[in-house]
Amino acid sequence: MAEFNVNLRDVGSVSVIDVKGYLDAHTAPELENIFNKLLVEKQFRVVVNFDELKYISSAGLGVFMAYVETMRENKGDIKFSNMKENVYNIFDLLGFPILYEFYKEEKEAVHKFNDLG
Amino acid sequence: MNSVNKIFEKELLVKSTTDNLAAIRDFVKSAANQSGFSEDSTGKIILAVDEACTNIIKHAYKYSPEGNILIKVKFNDPKFSISITDDGSHFDPNTVPEPDLREYYKQKRVGGLGMFLIKKLMDEVNYSTLSGNKNQVILVKYLPN
Repeated sequence: MAEFNVNLRDVGSVSVIDVKGYLDAHTAPELENIFNKLLVEKQFRVVVNFDELKYISSAGLGVFMAYVETMRENKGDIKFSNMKENVYNIFDLLGFPILYEFYKEEKEAVHKFNDLG
Repeated sequence: MNSVNKIFEKELLVKSTTDNLAAIRDFVKSAANQSGFSEDSTGKIILAVDEACTNIIKHAYKYSPEGNILIKVKFNDPKFSISITDDGSHFDPNTVPEPDLREYYKQKRVGGLGMFLIKKLMDEVNYSTLSGNKNQVILVKYLPN
């Protein structure tokens, strides 16, 4: 069984999701649950911290695609941080850097939201 | 780390459930290591097989857990091929358009990425229908000199 953990925490007005382990078609629903929770709470400013994510398949990428527009329609966004090179390469193959912001450090991504006031 | 073999075959038969994806990845990882692929290439092969099996679970078996997925790995230096066979419903890969991320974004579409990734990650991809209504996809990666 693939090991996957997802944790949600607040950094100021921004919600940070820590993803850990293997994000595939089996574990993607756990991440969807977190996004659904954020929508219920009207938290639209989201940073996903990939520091401990070892693996992602298109099922995981699909989760971000499914929720990003709703976040943006509500003056929020989904921004990515701390991604390992092997994980970034998959996002890159599918052209994500055109549509999403990637940051080396979580705090840069969080500050980007705060800059907007 | 396993020692490198020039020629071998091995196979894995699993039921069509997403909780088997981890076991499928472990199986492919061990075979790719045994063939001498780099960590980077091994990662690409693992992802391609995961995507192909995920498509079978979702589309051929429509999440029914009783289907069979047979994965056969054959290495004959430098050719590493993985055949994945199922007896679920047939689909024509030519009817799946190449995804355009901007269009996807507008339409909130999330499917079709898997097949696109498989093509990008592997050297050859071949879909076919076998007798007995089985579907087969063969993924090939060549070991660099």
